[in-house]
Amino acid sequence: MGARAVNDRQAARRREATPASIPAVRKGDALDVSELPSYGFAHRSLMWWGNAGMMTIEGVAFGFMVVIYFYLRDIARVWPDAGSPPDLLWGTVNLGVILASAVPNYLAQKAAQDRSLPRVRTWLYVCSLFGIALSVVRWFEFTALNVRWDDGAYGSVVWVLLGFHSFNLVTDVLDTFVLTAVTYSKPVEGKRFVDIAENCGYWYFVVLTWIPIYAVIYFGARV
Amino acid sequence: MNGIHDALAPAGPQALALFHLWNAMLVVCTVVFALTMAALAIALWRAPRATERASADLDAQPRKEAALRRSVVWGIAGSSVLLLVLLFASFYADRALSALPLADAVHIDLVGHRFWWEAHYEPHDPEQTFATANELHVPVGRPVLIRLRADDVIHSFWVPSLSGKKDLIPGRESTIAVRADRVGTYRGQCAEFCGYQHAQMALVVVAETPERYERWRSLQREPAHAPSDAQQARGRELVEQTSCAMCHAIVGTRAGGRRAPDLTHVAGRGWLGAGAVANTPKLRAEWIANAQKFKPGVDMPPIDVAADDLAAISAYLGSLE
Amino acid sequence: MESVGALPSRPRPRKRARTRSAAAAHRPMVRDGDGPGSRAAEELERTWQEKPGLVGWLSINNHKTLGLRFVVTAFFFAGLAGVMGGLMRHQLATANSHLLGPDFYNQLFSMHGTTMMFLFAVPVMQGFALYIVPLMIGTRNTAFPRMSACAYWLYLFGGLLLFGAFATNTGPDAGWFEYVPLAGPQYGIGKRADFWNMLVTYSEAMGLMVAVDITTTILKLRAPGMSLRQMPLFVWASLVTSVMIIFAMPLVMLGANLVQFDRMLGTHFFNPAEGGDALLWQHLFWFFGHPEVYFIFIPALGFVSAIIPTFARRPMFGHDAIVLSLVTTGFLSFGLWVHHMFATNLPELGKSFFTAMSFMIAIPTALQIFCWIATIAGGRLVMRTPFLFVLGFFFVLMIGGLTGIMLGSVPLDLQVHDTYFVVAHLHYVLIGGAVFPLFAALYYWFPKVTGKQLGETLGKWHFWLFFIGVNLTFFPLHILGLEGMPRRIYTYGAETGWEPLSMVSAVGQVINDVSTLIFAINLIRTVFFKKERASADPWGAGTLEWSVASPPPRCNFFALPVVSSREPLWAPPAEVTHVQGLSAQIREGLTTTVIDALPDTRYAYPEPEIWPFVAALSVTIWLVWSVWSVPGFVWGLIPPALAFLLWYWPNKKEAKEELRWEREP
Repeated sequence: MGARAVNDRQAARRREATPASIPAVRKGDALDVSELPSYGFAHRSLMWWGNAGMMTIEGVAFGFMVVIYFYLRDIARVWPDAGSPPDLLWGTVNLGVILASAVPNYLAQKAAQDRSLPRVRTWLYVCSLFGIALSVVRWFEFTALNVRWDDGAYGSVVWVLLGFHSFNLVTDVLDTFVLTAVTYSKPVEGKRFVDIAENCGYWYFVVLTWIPIYAVIYFGARV
Repeated sequence: MNGIHDALAPAGPQALALFHLWNAMLVVCTVVFALTMAALAIALWRAPRATERASADLDAQPRKEAALRRSVVWGIAGSSVLLLVLLFASFYADRALSALPLADAVHIDLVGHRFWWEAHYEPHDPEQTFATANELHVPVGRPVLIRLRADDVIHSFWVPSLSGKKDLIPGRESTIAVRADRVGTYRGQCAEFCGYQHAQMALVVVAETPERYERWRSLQREPAHAPSDAQQARGRELVEQTSCAMCHAIVGTRAGGRRAPDLTHVAGRGWLGAGAVANTPKLRAEWIANAQKFKPGVDMPPIDVAADDLAAISAYLGSLE
Repeated sequence: MESVGALPSRPRPRKRARTRSAAAAHRPMVRDGDGPGSRAAEELERTWQEKPGLVGWLSINNHKTLGLRFVVTAFFFAGLAGVMGGLMRHQLATANSHLLGPDFYNQLFSMHGTTMMFLFAVPVMQGFALYIVPLMIGTRNTAFPRMSACAYWLYLFGGLLLFGAFATNTGPDAGWFEYVPLAGPQYGIGKRADFWNMLVTYSEAMGLMVAVDITTTILKLRAPGMSLRQMPLFVWASLVTSVMIIFAMPLVMLGANLVQFDRMLGTHFFNPAEGGDALLWQHLFWFFGHPEVYFIFIPALGFVSAIIPTFARRPMFGHDAIVLSLVTTGFLSFGLWVHHMFATNLPELGKSFFTAMSFMIAIPTALQIFCWIATIAGGRLVMRTPFLFVLGFFFVLMIGGLTGIMLGSVPLDLQVHDTYFVVAHLHYVLIGGAVFPLFAALYYWFPKVTGKQLGETLGKWHFWLFFIGVNLTFFPLHILGLEGMPRRIYTYGAETGWEPLSMVSAVGQVINDVSTLIFAINLIRTVFFKKERASADPWGAGTLEWSVASPPPRCNFFALPVVSSREPLWAPPAEVTHVQGLSAQIREGLTTTVIDALPDTRYAYPEPEIWPFVAALSVTIWLVWSVWSVPGFVWGLIPPALAFLLWYWPNKKEAKEELRWEREP
């Protein structure tokens, strides 16, 4: 029973991933689409594309903040030009927690793709808790930067780099809260599950962008 | 401010190289333009007319399409070749600009301010250095190496008859090398918007024979002339004791301000206020009394003095050749 | 029954729609697929009509209304900026003019540039794309209509705020690109630069939202059969532009925010005394700024590619070459930005690279021009106003492009940079390359949008006067630049000798004004006094937007088309012509696969709601509050957070209705 259910689920997911798995049907000079699904996951959903656009926009902005960091470092005689490199503790804790958060995120995404409301709710709660924890840790990171934002170019760029990622982090955590709350609003349509799956996709972006930004903030002034 | 200021009237090798490049580009671009417009005109002339109701031609005639394709391919090939030619012309001119021999150069430190030009000649040599403003004299035939700085906002040094422009950027230092090969007065103007009175931040480069330049240079190195009559003496006293000295410097007097143009030899300059007014006795007095009238927004405030005091100041400054 | 789709599959048991209420289960489900006049068509009209009243008007998210709003608002701002341009020409017509003082003049040229670039040129192109693209690709609305609705309100509020600032003597006064340190904390006194930074934030947010909408629409909502190879060139141009916007606009938003941080929080990004660099702003700005002009130019190339085939009565010659040219131009435009910085002290070798790149981008543009001329040469010509404006485009744009090559050369640029030569060049490329095609597009699509055709005779007068006026206004400026006249000067002395040509230019400007007047008369006469209605396809064109009535029904198509050719209306009738089975009772469309446009899923478009408007209003509160107070930047985030929450919160009634039609993948 268990193995067959897993196989069925995998087959279902494979079918969903391929286009036109329920084909349109020709009826005379018309193409009948009444049997087509009214939503799809991953790149079959428009939300995925909107999300991809958002991630590109923010990715470009983050990428250029990193470029600005190295630009300012390049023209500086000494780096950091004020203050000292940040303490490694809170940033590394953040790295660990954020990487760990990818697990409940993955489980929430799978639950959404399986359209299982109870599992989605559970894992969204776990994600929300991780989000709160990360926000707290992020607060401590700011206090451990060892430089003020108005202390030279180094302070400015480090604060803004951390600040931009924090903005993303906090807005996505708030999004997660909202989605958790929305699971209580009946009736739950299929596209809610798509939204939840997409928000999980965006969380991966928040996690992945932290890795290079962490490296730049915490080691850019040490190497 | 009067002077030649035409990129198409070059008076030195830099501007000349650019003038040649301009001519080359103008010719090539005009030819390309003419050919393309001719092709368009011929296409318009020869194509039959139709109305909106005519049905569209979906079956392209193979021979005609092939001929069109050939034309497009030739067009692109030709354009690419011409672009390559212009690219080489551009690189060639670029190299010519940097190939100016710099032996026996005159060195000038030029600092851009809002809204005037501060110049220090031979800044590295305490025996030879002197300060002036807004009017640069250079010897014909000798290179001039100008170091460009700005402390406030971005300006740009541009004397079109001598060379292209170079920006003066706070926090960055750049240099430009020019040479005047003909005697004359060449006008320039700040070419990067720097605020309120950007429009009135001109300068002149006066190219003179080497002998006249040497005379000018030795004169500039001397301290200010002593007053030759009572009015001028009164003028000097006022300059030293009132607000003038807070901003202006006159070497040899007690006026040592650094925030405004050096006035040691101001009477020898053709214009005041970076080209705002001509340096005639009447206009000089009006400028001193109320510079804001001619160049509103400059840092120089109106000077509230009695009429004869004003005349004295103006007479004194008018004696500082 | 044949299956049309990528994969064969076992016949599946028909899934029952999940419904919650018995009453809903008894209501008949009306699907689309029949033509105008049928029961389905009536249901569709009812489903797609707007809500009544002011709230309804503020809630509209139909792409046609939004597109029209963008275009009308853009022309309104262009009119204001045009008046500013006229004032500047008047001031400079004579030496030592005292018509305008330096401060007002500095605000004028800054406002003129900022308005034209941010509030006219890009929005008007996006507005056309919003209106035309869904019709041209055979769908009922864009992918994210609420996002584009919010973008419109952001655009309107941003523009009004900028002009409000200008009206209170707080307009930006450091040029349309607000270089630091002039616009920085030390020299940018007052709130002027803050308002400019705010305007940039608004217009970039707006541009990005519309760009994401258009990109998704083009990739996923095309009619079945409209593979990428069959997609019209205007849609390609819109796609390339939107993708470029996504990559370039974040830069200027980032840069403007960094300047704001320098101004309000004391950071030192651009302060050379504390490790910053004034040139960093230039890099950030121009990395956006150069692609920006292509956001304006490439859609215009799309207009030309849409119009020429219609007026040459034949498909475009070199369709694939033009697609490649558009994409290449898009890519290359990201590699040119340093050519705005040739006069700085960047390394010479680096600058030469950008000369090569700047020359290189001429080649795809030249290819397009030659393909267009080939199309004309191989066609039968209909000489109407849209086509005339296209011809004017060729002439004016080419001059602009060639002076662009001149400017691309480092040494030559050192003479003409920051002079009236550049002013001449930019107006030639923007007016020639964008405004002429824009007018062509206006005359071309006017009957589709309004149901009436603009007058031909007045159109021809408009064209000729505009053509003469533009050349007379801007050609002399090339010479003035070479004669030493720098940009952004409010006056000049008579001894410079710049007066005669400046006067000629001012006369040209007056002719432009007359041509605009004639255009306005044509507009008013047609809209308010003309009785004749236009047919669905008055020009005999081939693309899908001409298959629906003029103006189109709210749902665009009573049955979505199926296409198999680039010009569906010219192609012989196909075996499969339309789609049926979408709901006529909820707003439904069809998503298709990205490359081959095979039917993929059905898609429920969002209903009209007030939340996009409220969200834009709340963002305005936040931004204005932040200009005056640093804590406002934080607390001011609460209204937008609330607005977006309410926007997202599901509407139970809509959800119930959609569930009737829901089908799992």
